[in-house]
Amino acid sequence: MTPRLQLEGMTKVYPSVTACDRIDLSIMPGEIHAVLGENGAGKSTLMKMIYGVIRPDAGHILWNGEPVVIRNPAHARRLGIGMVFQHFSLFETLTVTENIALAMDGRCRADRLAGRIRTVSEQYGLPLDPNRLVHSLSVGIRQRVEIIRCLLQEPKLLIMDEPTSVLTPQAVRTMFDTLRRLADEGCSILYISHKLDEIMALCHRATIIRGGRVTGTADPAGETAASLARMMTGHDLPRCAQDRPAPGTQPCLEIHRLSRKAEDQFGTDLDDISLTVNRGEILGIAGISGNGQQELLRVLSGEQRLDTPETITINGQPAAHLGPAERRGLGLAFVPEERIGRGAVPGLSLTENVVLTAHRMGMVRHGLLCMERAAAYARNCVRSFAVRCGSINDPVNSLSGGNMQKFITGREILQNPALLIASQPTWGVDVGAANVIRQAIIGLRNRGTAVLVISEELDELFEICDRLVVIAGGRLTPPVPVAATDREEIGLWMGGMFPDRPAVPQEAGHA
Amino acid sequence: MNGHLLLEILVAAIGAGTPFVYAALGELVTEKSGVLNLGVEGMMLVGAICGFIGMAKTGSLLVAVLAGMGAGMAMALIFGVLTLTLMANQVASGLALTIFGVGLSAFLGLTYTSIALPGVPALPIPWLSDIPVLGPLLFSHDILIYGSILLYAAISGFLYRTRAGLILRGLGEAPESAHALGYNVIGIRYLAVLFGGAMAGLAGVYLSVAYTPMWVEGMTAGRGWVSLALVVFATWRPSRVMLGAYLFGGITILQFHIQGFGIDIPSQLLSMLPYLATIAVLVLISRNRQTIRLHSPASLGIPYHPQS
Repeated sequence: MTPRLQLEGMTKVYPSVTACDRIDLSIMPGEIHAVLGENGAGKSTLMKMIYGVIRPDAGHILWNGEPVVIRNPAHARRLGIGMVFQHFSLFETLTVTENIALAMDGRCRADRLAGRIRTVSEQYGLPLDPNRLVHSLSVGIRQRVEIIRCLLQEPKLLIMDEPTSVLTPQAVRTMFDTLRRLADEGCSILYISHKLDEIMALCHRATIIRGGRVTGTADPAGETAASLARMMTGHDLPRCAQDRPAPGTQPCLEIHRLSRKAEDQFGTDLDDISLTVNRGEILGIAGISGNGQQELLRVLSGEQRLDTPETITINGQPAAHLGPAERRGLGLAFVPEERIGRGAVPGLSLTENVVLTAHRMGMVRHGLLCMERAAAYARNCVRSFAVRCGSINDPVNSLSGGNMQKFITGREILQNPALLIASQPTWGVDVGAANVIRQAIIGLRNRGTAVLVISEELDELFEICDRLVVIAGGRLTPPVPVAATDREEIGLWMGGMFPDRPAVPQEAGHA
Repeated sequence: MNGHLLLEILVAAIGAGTPFVYAALGELVTEKSGVLNLGVEGMMLVGAICGFIGMAKTGSLLVAVLAGMGAGMAMALIFGVLTLTLMANQVASGLALTIFGVGLSAFLGLTYTSIALPGVPALPIPWLSDIPVLGPLLFSHDILIYGSILLYAAISGFLYRTRAGLILRGLGEAPESAHALGYNVIGIRYLAVLFGGAMAGLAGVYLSVAYTPMWVEGMTAGRGWVSLALVVFATWRPSRVMLGAYLFGGITILQFHIQGFGIDIPSQLLSMLPYLATIAVLVLISRNRQTIRLHSPASLGIPYHPQS
């Protein structure tokens, strides 16, 4: 049988890096083929070359045995290649139907298309309302739109770029069922991910990429997570230290019945949120993004002040009326989700960015800045968190995303705060660096800091947290000790199916 | 104020609002594609003088219209090459285009300042123009005014009923997504910029050939800037552009009449009235943040670099 798609020697060179270096790959009809690699390994570049978004510098593509040059995405779609992007390629202010119409080459009537969207989406177990505006949809539903958009074109090859990073475990299973059905119908699927368990559960074959090169192919069913990880990273995965002192019982951050209407029309209203984070404890907030995390964080960081000081207390001090600087004075450190703009000023050097939040660490004398101390702090941060940069005088925007994240998280952690609030602390960071950050957060906790982590990565939360709550639709579930729950239950809560049982008593955390 | 005078003011308001209709609807299409062209005033002026020259030389309105639209498109093409191909800053390029247009039109018009044109005859539509009130208000205008109303209908239909309009709106919302779906972002933006230039040129032709049929240096008198502001305050919706254009025209005419009555208000204050009233009305009716977000092109003014 001829392979549906065969790649020979695909190469793409950028000025600073060779993103893909002579990559070979072949996929048969009906095969689910994993492309496995860390962030920055070149997976996305490879897929964009197949889809005609970017042009390869060298290499051939054989489609059903015939050599082709894929000129642009429209050409790829005509051949029968569909792609679901990692960062969605949707138009937020248009409806589902309009979004899908934009991807259909033939002329089709809007009402007839809406009908087809309904039929096909239900047929594959991913129901959609064609008349909704995309910005009003949750991230998971938006992904359905992308998938249905591809399926309506009856693709012969479907490329999925990290499709599960925003889905609950239940939604992942639904999607896997859909993909298996598609494969049974003869569609080939290229599945890009760095999540090992998913690849073992779903894929027939895997090609592993590291640093732009193929480092091996494997039958995922015959491998273990550890052996796949070794092929992906080149070394064994370190585990976070598990022995840790029992969490403290003294409350550090307390939120009392916080309710707030969202400022933004597309935002989420916060509904009666109460929460306590104790000293020496890591509390995780799980949830699909867009369920109130942004709004809650703005209130916690002080970017949004409240009129009722007692609603938020830090170490017993009313703080809800204070701004960000005053809250930092009470011992708060804060890692926002957006690195550029909120976490760091892109055009300033690493040293200057250190001063912005860490100036309390002895960097101001008689009202003047002491830049040597700031530089020493920046050097310490770069060393401790393995930040890859030219020098501490380089602007922050010369760092890659992962390194920027390490730098910002490190800057906050080294202040030894009484309370650390971190949103997506390892987002976009590769496996090794993520481990460094998690280890540092655990170290902080062991020294008595109260830590609040907001993340969409359930694996991360289960690895580092003592207790978990779930945020959905602006409401919080009662906290539950990590040992007393599992991904399944948390996933249900994330989907909005709140526990009907009473709140778990807080003492259960020590059991 | 009696009914006859009111009708007269309303009829005059439609004429006074028409240059804004052309220029603002053209700019609306440009901005919907995500490109901010601040050169409307300059394109209008060059369109006005080229249309005027065409009319003076040939006496043909068609030639005047084609000359004005062509001149506006040529100006827009300069802007397009600068911002879309060479990726220059859109704000600075647009300002430069206006300054260039002011100078170029003055230069081209040097020998035409003392000529008066016959104007464009009104073209009452048979039967319909005999209806009391509505007849003179809607059906007794010149052909350029009818054209502006047809343009409004065409653009509304284009934006919200056709596939091409959908592509244009999507492109202005998320050019990266449009590129990923295989649309030629730069090419479509060129078309939108050229269309905006043609309409600005036509607005100029209306001014110099029909509204006040003569050439005066700088005769657009800020109408290009008002058109730009109308697009924003109308939150990128054609119907509100029309409302704003006629409101502005109406109050301009009204304040002339108030001055004529000899009411003791300084004329400078009255001259401010159209600007204040139009902005106040449009801001008040368009203050819903959700609808603003839905209609404003998210990529406005941001250059798009296609990956290779």
